[in-house]
Amino acid sequence: MNNEQFEPTIIGFTCNWCSYRAADLAGTARMKYPPNIRLIRLMCSGRLDPTFVFKALTNGADGVMITGCHPGECHYLEQNYKALRRFHLIRRTLQGLGVEPNRVKLVWASAAEGAKFTNEVKSFVEEIRALGPLNWGGAGGNGHRVETQIPEEVPA
Amino acid sequence: MSDKPKFAMYWAASCGGCEIAVLNIHEKILDVDANFDVVFWPVAMDAKYKDVEAMEDGSILLTLFNGGIRNDENEHIAKLLRRKSKLLVAFGSCANEGCIPGLANLSPVGEIVTTAFNTVSTDNPNQIYPRTSFDTPEGEIHIPTLYPRLKTLDQVVDVDYYMPGCPPESHQIAAVIDLVVQVLQGKAQLPPKGAVIGAGTSTVCDECKRTRHVKTITSFKRIFGQPIDPSLCLLEQGIPCNGIATRDGCNARCPSAGAQCIGCYGPAEGVVDYGARLITGFASVIESNDPDQIDRILDGIPDPTGQFYRFNLAGSLMKAGVSAWKKEKV
Amino acid sequence: MEKIGVYVCHCGTNIAGMVDVQQVAEWAAAKLQRRGVVIGRDYKFMCSSLGQELIEKDIKELGLTRVVVAACSPHLHENTFRTACKRAGLNPYLCELVSIREQVSWVHTDKDQATAKSMAVVSGGVERVIHHAPLEPMKVSIHPDTLVVGGGIAGIQAALEIADAGYKVYLVEREPSIGGHMAQFDKTFPTLDCAACILTPKMVSVGTHPNIELLTWSEVEKVDGYVGNFAVTIRKRARDVDTSLCTGCGICWEKCPKKVVDDKFEAGMGMRKAVYTPFAQAVPKYPVIDRPNCTYYIKGTCKACEKFCPTNAIKFNQEDEVITVNVGNIILATGYDTFDAKRIAQYGYGRLPNVVTSLEFERLCNAAGPTNGEILLKDGKTKPKAVGIVHCVGSRDKHYNEYCSVICCMQGLKFAHLVHERTGAEVYNFYIDMRTPFKGYEEFYQRVLEEGTHFIRGKVAEINNAPRTKEEEGKLIVQVEDTLVGVQMRIPLDMVILSVALEPRHDAKETAHRFGLSCSADGWFIEKHPKLDPVATMTEGILIAGCVQGPKDIPATVSQGAAAAARALGKIHAKEIALEPFRASVNEEQCSGCRICNGLCPFNAILFHEDRMVTEINGALCQGCGTCVAACPAGAISGTGFSNEQVLAQIEGLLLMNIGEEALA
Repeated sequence: MNNEQFEPTIIGFTCNWCSYRAADLAGTARMKYPPNIRLIRLMCSGRLDPTFVFKALTNGADGVMITGCHPGECHYLEQNYKALRRFHLIRRTLQGLGVEPNRVKLVWASAAEGAKFTNEVKSFVEEIRALGPLNWGGAGGNGHRVETQIPEEVPA
Repeated sequence: MSDKPKFAMYWAASCGGCEIAVLNIHEKILDVDANFDVVFWPVAMDAKYKDVEAMEDGSILLTLFNGGIRNDENEHIAKLLRRKSKLLVAFGSCANEGCIPGLANLSPVGEIVTTAFNTVSTDNPNQIYPRTSFDTPEGEIHIPTLYPRLKTLDQVVDVDYYMPGCPPESHQIAAVIDLVVQVLQGKAQLPPKGAVIGAGTSTVCDECKRTRHVKTITSFKRIFGQPIDPSLCLLEQGIPCNGIATRDGCNARCPSAGAQCIGCYGPAEGVVDYGARLITGFASVIESNDPDQIDRILDGIPDPTGQFYRFNLAGSLMKAGVSAWKKEKV
Repeated sequence: MEKIGVYVCHCGTNIAGMVDVQQVAEWAAAKLQRRGVVIGRDYKFMCSSLGQELIEKDIKELGLTRVVVAACSPHLHENTFRTACKRAGLNPYLCELVSIREQVSWVHTDKDQATAKSMAVVSGGVERVIHHAPLEPMKVSIHPDTLVVGGGIAGIQAALEIADAGYKVYLVEREPSIGGHMAQFDKTFPTLDCAACILTPKMVSVGTHPNIELLTWSEVEKVDGYVGNFAVTIRKRARDVDTSLCTGCGICWEKCPKKVVDDKFEAGMGMRKAVYTPFAQAVPKYPVIDRPNCTYYIKGTCKACEKFCPTNAIKFNQEDEVITVNVGNIILATGYDTFDAKRIAQYGYGRLPNVVTSLEFERLCNAAGPTNGEILLKDGKTKPKAVGIVHCVGSRDKHYNEYCSVICCMQGLKFAHLVHERTGAEVYNFYIDMRTPFKGYEEFYQRVLEEGTHFIRGKVAEINNAPRTKEEEGKLIVQVEDTLVGVQMRIPLDMVILSVALEPRHDAKETAHRFGLSCSADGWFIEKHPKLDPVATMTEGILIAGCVQGPKDIPATVSQGAAAAARALGKIHAKEIALEPFRASVNEEQCSGCRICNGLCPFNAILFHEDRMVTEINGALCQGCGTCVAACPAGAISGTGFSNEQVLAQIEGLLLMNIGEEALA
């Protein structure tokens, strides 16, 4: 990693009704945040399938930010709570795999909170930078796909 | 040598249960013998790798390959059998998705060796560990090199069919053998390449006889130490039963016997990551919107990684724990 | 393989100033060729007609099967580019708009990084669009009848607009009469029209309108169905009065021996009988029997009303009636509650008799109220010589409600004027800020200023009756800092009016849930868009009007009532509506009937077939959130528009897993 600053790659899942609009608002208001995050629009944080998180982490993302409407403000009434429950279990599972659970973050941001969105991205980039690269081995692997030869190793 | 089609079966990193399951098909085994020339089956008969190497490429019609790829020998034979076989079947959970040997992917390979050769149960005062090569007067001897993590069969070679289960149910094995025999007789067609055979497409609940309702879970429990309603869905009773996400085909064997499904048949048709389906399934029925209470409920699943990936870790998106990957990069 | 066109917009310099758009387009054409990209173009303004024509031409000439536009947010121009594709004969849903303006050029500062990110974003879009399926909007018919819930001025206005246009309206009100809060008021600001004088004719119109079926003393119990086709279950509570016989003559309540404090209409300031209409002009004119307070229901004897009723209309032990009506649109106008001033203990409300709330004061100065419109102290005879009006009681206060209740400033001015006019007393307005923004409001403020009302800018700290001087004896003392001069003051007064906050109905959350809506953290119903769509909600076919959406005054409430009606009428006229085809569906073969998803849908779109042990999703009820898709442990539920394949492919694309090793450098 030499002296160069580690630039993490982050996948952000946004809700069409709140956080994606917050991201839009951040843009309209010309707020600035680092380019490390790449966003995906879902209709609701309730659409967040844990598969998406694992997919991102194994395909080269160093962190995943899940965003949704504030509790009680979900545009589909209460689906963000479903995301909340999954989020807890995803983190516990990752911990079991030895992955820092803080690589996955849940943020509530309403459509009006461009500033909050900006700040959350900024701080998450720093948090992931501090954790360092995830470098999930076999990046590009997709569960069941023949892998390219990996270096063999002699046991201790 | 007869002109019957050739059959092979091999075990890589596995327990041998799959072979027992094949023998468990009772008189059906005679069909195997009647229709096939068994050319290679280390558990059942003596054979040398050299004999296989000498065969013509593609000369074996059907190879049932069980076990995961844990060392270079496993991989070598996997590639060899791939070359020699027309149809290579990943047979059983280990070859499909890693199974129990795949759980070693949660630990660095060095630790696996240390655990095996130097624990309370293994007295090893001189710290003797196996080496992969050793000079003898006759020359250098090699023993297989452990890989940093266990791989599924399809992570090292192209696989034609998948037959899940730990082990595959005998009635399913019999059905598959029936099918192949019928194909040989021109009475049936092979399923498309890549298909899962000897199993359903849905999940264990499809075959489970227990009654079920809309589920709301306020706590997860272990199956022992309390009365369990024998006719009610186990998950509804707070027992983390993996049947909701596990491929059917076993006739819901465990839930029917009063035990929760632990997931040996792997994911349902088309599912990318088995554990993710369980995570979302269990999370969906937790009856709380309060982060603290959610945490308390989830404390009832003390080992989520083990719960969700007991059979599936090596074949999951993540494939292994961090420590196995770290080792690989050294 | 698909043939994909990639179009990168300059948006003038909005994007091109921070992103090397040409490089992005060329990169896509070169590196994503292996994924099916056959053309990559950049253009000054993709959304212009020339830009759109560029896409249309390529679709026709190059035979594109998918289109990716990298430009502004899909919330702005998704429809523009979909329509362009449609014109060229490509299914509009085979187009993907990815944002490199709001989410790249406007928020980043390094051109190289912004360009690299744009490439990743385009790559994600390309991978995603490969998995898009051609879709058609879903069409559903609209039932011409409308349900209006709440008979305050918002509901009245909405009902009349629709009924006058010739369509049937069911107006449901849970009180015995329509009229709402407005019927309780005396005068309305800033014109000082008598509230009853302007409201009563509208109430009468509602009561007599051939197109309005008025269901008072009734509540909505259940809402099934979806836009255009709601089935609403309404409980008509037993009135114990046969409305086909009752003439509304009033003998029953004259003869009823049981007096009850009227804490609803009279805000606790007056009495009514156990059989009653809330007020003289009530619509409908039929009374109800208040069972918990009726002597017959308590003791088993009395029946005075029954004995004296000239038409034998009193029917004790009537039963509730539950009816179901079919409607195409629903307008919710369930109004507000007022803040409980007892919660601010230091203001002495409930303890100090002459501290009254604004609603109580409305009744006090109403000619039909308990004092016949005379402003008197609690003793019932003394006219106050000095009156204080405290603004923002329970509003603009983080301990209670952070929002502004909108009406209090003008209400305070109105009270000041009325007190001044009717008693000649000194009037003090204690305010935080004066807010008089609408037509005629500022002029009214000037008028009240000229009348000699005192304005003290400061939040009242305390109201007590502990005198320190002779003049303070027997008075209410208001402790306040005049923040304009920075002086602490003690002002002795005879009466203090608390301008209490408007709050969501105590049962707003349940109501929201019943109708499939959501409330903000404050408890007000959430509109579809706060500026551009204030009367629609996220639930298609359900509209909101008046204070249910947030505090507002009568003109704004009436406007919303009319606006909601216009919305409903528009849908009724269109006869059918096209819905976005983003819906979940179940592969019954793969569904195991595990029932994990069954409890997840707030829109009741998921139904379980016990006989076949499979789940089905009603596409018309489904709102497309995708929660069940993400939840299905068998992977048996898929969602159009946001399928697993689409999202997983987009992840791969965003992370550049699709371009091979050489391009990663």
